[in-house]
Amino acid sequence: MKVLLRNPRRELEIPGPTTVHALLARLELNPESVLVIVGDELVTNDARLAADADIEIRPVISGGADAGGPR
Amino acid sequence: MTRVPMKCRVCREPAVIDLRRHNANFCREHFVAHCEEQVRRAIKHFRMIVPDERVVVAVSGGKDSLALWDLLGRLEIPADGLYVGLGIDEYSDESHRYAREYAQSRGRTLHVVDLAADHGFTIPGAAAATRRAPCGACGLSKRHVFNQFALEHGYDVIATGHNLDDEAAVLLGNVLHWDLDYLARQHPALPAAPGFARKVKPLYRLGEREMAAYCVLERIDYQVEECPMAAGNRHLGYKETLNDLEHRSPGSKAAFLFGFLERAHEQLGRGDAGPDVELHPCPGCGAPTPGELCAFCRLRERAIPVTAS
Repeated sequence: MKVLLRNPRRELEIPGPTTVHALLARLELNPESVLVIVGDELVTNDARLAADADIEIRPVISGGADAGGPR
Repeated sequence: MTRVPMKCRVCREPAVIDLRRHNANFCREHFVAHCEEQVRRAIKHFRMIVPDERVVVAVSGGKDSLALWDLLGRLEIPADGLYVGLGIDEYSDESHRYAREYAQSRGRTLHVVDLAADHGFTIPGAAAATRRAPCGACGLSKRHVFNQFALEHGYDVIATGHNLDDEAAVLLGNVLHWDLDYLARQHPALPAAPGFARKVKPLYRLGEREMAAYCVLERIDYQVEECPMAAGNRHLGYKETLNDLEHRSPGSKAAFLFGFLERAHEQLGRGDAGPDVELHPCPGCGAPTPGELCAFCRLRERAIPVTAS
């Protein structure tokens, strides 16, 4: 499987098939912090990933918030 | 044993997203309906926007602000966008492109204020001038520009894309430092006051993952790459910590934030500019300020020579 990771952008080759849950565990990623996209489609944590799948693991955390400050 | 794929809670069709906090899975159609419902509830509960008010959305080109703009459209709440150019090299060029392309594709009006062209400085320049974390100067500048723009152009309400994770992380930071002034001002709806437009956060009931999923499912292109100046930002650390808690105990973030809003916020005051502080117009820009020059004009005075050098 080809796995695209972001921030920083990099690509990994990981043996499949597997599940989303197992892939995230292998990469030590918190499922709360990412979306998994196969082709153009979102997939759930239990989805099976084929050995030839193109997968994007997209982080959902964005930063830069400040404490609030004056109005 | 045969594995049963996740099904949508509403229609039992295959799910595209699992939301452990809600103990629910949704198909595309019912996930979008869920997002709409959360925004509708937020707006109604805090009377964020009432019919015929003019709304401007603070649009960054990221997932939250574009999802918010889109969801307001679904709820038939007309809103224009305002993009602030921060001068962060290619990152700002990209974010502007995403905001512009969304606006063009949906026939929406996007206003632009450029810090460099309109105020003579950039966020990297401000960070260098103050020798402090850039996110503080960025937040200060955006708050000022959005408010001044709303007042000068007749908008009643500024809507920002702060989501549940943003608010929970800010709350954690404010609690860790017991900053009671900031805690008093942390609210999904800050009322209008002399010199200030109303500010609302209609996404406060929706998590960051939900907003990213909404954009993917609704085919909204947004800037995925992180702001290069936010690397190491302490709020990113708070978010990671909260997500670790959430992973172990789904619903923790919502319980933390909603519990604060329901049970603690009222004890802290009204969350406005503060009744004890006398404000007068800043001689530089006219914005209300308790000091001589307002914080934005002070920042600008320091940042202009550094940006120009």
